[in-house]
Amino acid sequence: MATPHEHAHPPDEHGHDHGAGHDHGHHPQSFWSKYVFSIDHKMIAMQYMFTGLAMGIIGAYFSYVFRMQLAYPGHHVPGYGVVSAAEYNMLVTNHGTVMIFWLAMPVLIAAFGNYLIPLMLGCDDMVFPRLNRLSYQIFLLSALVLIYSWFVQGGGFGGAWTAYPPLSAKSQYNLTPAGSSLWVVAVALEFVAFLIGGINFVTTAMNSRAPGMKMFDMPIVIWMIVLASMLFMGSVGPLVAGAVMLLFDQTIGTSFYDPVHGGDPILWQHLFWFFGHPEVYVVLLPATGIVAEIITVFSRKKLFAYKTVLYTAFGTGVLSFFVWAHHQFIAGIDPRMANVFTATTVLISIPIAEMMFVFVATLYGGSIRLTVPMLWALAFIAEFMIGGVTGIFLGSSGSDIYFHDTYFVLAHFHFTFVPIAFISVMAGISYWYPKMFGRMLNETLGKIHFWGTIIPFNGIFIPLFLTGMAGDHRRIYNYNNFPELATEHMVHLREFATVSLLVLLAFQVVFIINFFVSLKSGKVAGNNPWNANTLEWQAPSPPPHGNFAELPNCYRGPYEYSSPNREKDYWPQNESV
Amino acid sequence: MAKPIATLRSATNIPTGRLAVWWLLASEIVIFGGLLASYIMHRLGHPEFGDYASHTNTLLGGINTFVLLTSSYFAVRAHFEAEHGRGATAAKWLYATIGGAVAFLCIKSYEWTHEISEGFTITKNAFWSFYYIAAGLHGLHVIGGALIMFIVAQDAKKNRELQRVELVGLYWHFVDVVWIFLFPLLYIAK
Amino acid sequence: MAAGTKQAGHGAHAGHGEHDEAAHIRLYTKVYITLLVLFLVSVTGPVIGDMVGSKALVLITAFGIAVVKAYLVCAHFMHLNIEKRYIGYLLITTVVFMGLFYAGVAPDVMEHHGRNWVNVAAQNEVERALKAHSEHGEGEHSAH
Repeated sequence: MATPHEHAHPPDEHGHDHGAGHDHGHHPQSFWSKYVFSIDHKMIAMQYMFTGLAMGIIGAYFSYVFRMQLAYPGHHVPGYGVVSAAEYNMLVTNHGTVMIFWLAMPVLIAAFGNYLIPLMLGCDDMVFPRLNRLSYQIFLLSALVLIYSWFVQGGGFGGAWTAYPPLSAKSQYNLTPAGSSLWVVAVALEFVAFLIGGINFVTTAMNSRAPGMKMFDMPIVIWMIVLASMLFMGSVGPLVAGAVMLLFDQTIGTSFYDPVHGGDPILWQHLFWFFGHPEVYVVLLPATGIVAEIITVFSRKKLFAYKTVLYTAFGTGVLSFFVWAHHQFIAGIDPRMANVFTATTVLISIPIAEMMFVFVATLYGGSIRLTVPMLWALAFIAEFMIGGVTGIFLGSSGSDIYFHDTYFVLAHFHFTFVPIAFISVMAGISYWYPKMFGRMLNETLGKIHFWGTIIPFNGIFIPLFLTGMAGDHRRIYNYNNFPELATEHMVHLREFATVSLLVLLAFQVVFIINFFVSLKSGKVAGNNPWNANTLEWQAPSPPPHGNFAELPNCYRGPYEYSSPNREKDYWPQNESV
Repeated sequence: MAKPIATLRSATNIPTGRLAVWWLLASEIVIFGGLLASYIMHRLGHPEFGDYASHTNTLLGGINTFVLLTSSYFAVRAHFEAEHGRGATAAKWLYATIGGAVAFLCIKSYEWTHEISEGFTITKNAFWSFYYIAAGLHGLHVIGGALIMFIVAQDAKKNRELQRVELVGLYWHFVDVVWIFLFPLLYIAK
Repeated sequence: MAAGTKQAGHGAHAGHGEHDEAAHIRLYTKVYITLLVLFLVSVTGPVIGDMVGSKALVLITAFGIAVVKAYLVCAHFMHLNIEKRYIGYLLITTVVFMGLFYAGVAPDVMEHHGRNWVNVAAQNEVERALKAHSEHGEGEHSAH
C-alpha cells in the first residue's frame, strides 16, 4: 500500500505528522510479534529493562554469597553452600561484570534511552527499529553466554572484572579455560549490542526531533543518554581490539600479552582502562540526566543553568578520555605519566561538582514535593557526592599508593556506582512507571523501600572505607588468614557491612511487591500525573504503537515551570502559544 | 514495511542513513585505531619485527591494494548511478565492487596459505599475531561489506532504496582507507 | 524509496545535464588515476629508500603517501568535501583520540625502560631475536 509519509520532512514544517494508527496498529499482533520480536521501541525498552533487572538480581545474589563468606568465613551460606577460594573469585568477578554491563548499561542507557528518546523528542519510534531489535537480540545472547560460562567445566571466570593478563590469558593460572573465554565473548557481544544501539540513539536525537525542537530544547536526560552513547562509541574500540587479542591468547596461544614472546601485559591494562574510565561516565551521565528531570518537576522550577549542565557534561566527557591511567598508578606505569594523570583526574572532579551545584541551585527556592522519585533523586546527589570526594584520594597518585586495591577503592566506587546503577534507576522507574504502565506506584510502599535501601546502603559501605584504610586488600576471600586484619574490630566491621546488605536485600521485596501489585491495582495514572512539561507526558499512559495520535510540535524548552505570566505552574513543550 | 516518521525526519539536513553510517565509521576508526596503535607501539619497540615483516609478501599485498583502490572507484561509480536514479546500472557497478572484494579475499587466502605452510603462523611470534589479527579483522569487514553490497544491489536493481548504494559505498571506502594504512604498516619491512 | 530523498543532503547534484554528469565521472576517474600513481610511488619509494639507506624516504613515501591517498578517498569518494563540516571534525576527533591513546600508552609499551623501571623480559626478547636473526645471516631474506 502506498504510504503518504515517505518523503523527507523539512525541519520547520508546521503541519502535523500523523504517526499512530495509520499503517500499523490495526492488525492484531501475535504474542511473538508483540512481546518477543517487537520492533516497537517501548517494548524493546521493556525487554532491556526486565533483562537488566533480572541480571541485577543475579549480581545481588552473588554479592550476598561473597559478603556472607567475608563475614563468616568457611561457613555454609544459606542458598549456596560453602564458598571455595576459586568460587569466591568467580563471584566477585561476575558480580562486578554483571552489575556494570548487564544492569547499569542496559537499564540506564538501553531501557530508558529506548523508551524516552522517541517519546521526549515527539516522534513515533527510533530511526532504525529493526536494528534496535537486533541490538537487543545480541544483548540477550551476550547475557546467555555469560550465564552459560558459570556452568561450564572449571566454572566461571574468576580473574576480576578487569581481567588482567597473565591471569586472564593463561588457563594454568586462572583454572577456568572455558569460563574465561566465554566471559570475553559475552562482554564483546555486549559491546557490539551497545555500539549498534548507540548509533540508533545518536542518529534519532540528531535527526528526528519534533518540528520546532532545537538541540537546546531537548530534555537533559536525552542529551545525557546521547552523550553517553557517543562516549561509549569513542572509547570501546581499543578494548574490542584488546578483547579479540585476549581471546586469541586464551584459546590459540598467541602472545599479545606475553612479554617473553614479544607482547606486553600492561598493554591490556591500558586498552581496558582507556575504555574503563569513560565507561563510568557512560553510566553516570544518564543517571544525572534522570536526576535533572526529576528535580525540576518536583521543585516546579526551571533547571538552574541548562547550558552549564550541558557544557559540564561535554567537559566531563572530553576529560574522561584523559584520566584513565589513574587506575594503574602502581601497576608499573612510568611515574612521569602518573603525574599527568593525577592532574587530569583531579581536574575532572570540577565539571561534575559543578553539575551537582547546579542541581542544588535548582532546588533552592523551589516548591519542593518529596515524592518517591524526588527522594531517590535527592539521595543520588548526596550519596554520589560522598563517592566523588573520596575519589580525590584515589586520583592523587601519592595517596593512591596506599589506597590502591584496598576496600577504600571499593567503597569509593560503590558510593558512585550504587547511586548510578541503583538509586537513579529507582528514581527513573518510580518517575516513569505511570507512563510505562498507566498506573501509579504506591507512595507509602515506595517510601518504605527508599529508606530501607538508603540507610543499609550506607551501613554496608562506610565500614568498608574504614576496613580499607586499616589495610583490607580487595579480592581476598578470607581475612582470617591475615592476623593483623582479623582483629575483633575489623571482624565486626565486616559483619556489620554484611548484615546491612541482608537488610537492604530484604527491603527490595517491598519494591517487587509494589511493582507487580500496582500493575493491576495501582491508581490509574492518566497522561500527566506529575504535571510535567516534557513531551512523553503528552502521550497516553501507556503510549500506543506510534506514540502520539498527532505527532507534536515543540514551542519551548523543557523546563518552563512556574513561569511568571502563566496561571499553571507548568508549560508543556507542545502547547502552542 | 512502512518506515517510522522518525526515519524520514532530518533536522540536521543529513539523511538519517548517512548520518548513521558516519557514526558507525567513527566507532570503527576507534576499533582499528586501537588495534593499529597497539601494533605500532610493539613494532617501534621491537626492532626484530622488521626482520619478521620481511617475510610478508609485498607483491601480493600491493596487488591487493590496487584491487581495493579499484573497487573503491567502482563503488563511487555505483553511487553516481544511484544518485541519478539508474538503479540497474548502479547494481552492475556494485557487482564489480563485489568482484574486487572477492579478488581481494582470494589473493589473501593464497597469501596466507603460503605463509602458514612456511611456518609463519599466528602463534609464531607477536608480529605474526598482530599481522593475522589486523588483516583478519579487516578481511572480516571485507566479507561483511561484500554481503551487504550484494543485498543492497538486489534492491537497487529494482530502483528501490537507492540511497543505500551511497551508504554501503561509504563503508566500502572506509575499508579501503584502513587497508591503505595496513599495507605499509604490515608489509613494508623497515 | 526514490533517490529524491538523498537530495536533501547533496543539493549539488540536482537537475544535471549530460555534460555535468560527464564532468563528475571525469573527476572520479582522475582521482582514481592519481591514487594509482601515488600507490606506485609508495611501493617504489621504500625500495629506493632501502637501497640508499634513507629511512626518512621510506617513511615519507610509505606513510606520507598513505595519508594523501586516504585524504583523496575521504574527500572525493566519500564526498566529505561537500558534507557538513562537523562530520569531518567528528572523524578527525576519533583519529586524535587514537593519537591520545598512543601518547598515553607508548611510554609503557613501546619503551622498555623509563624512570626507575626496566622491562627485562621485553629487552631480553629483543636481544635474543636480533641475535638469532644476525646469526642466520642472509638466508632469511629469500621470502618471495
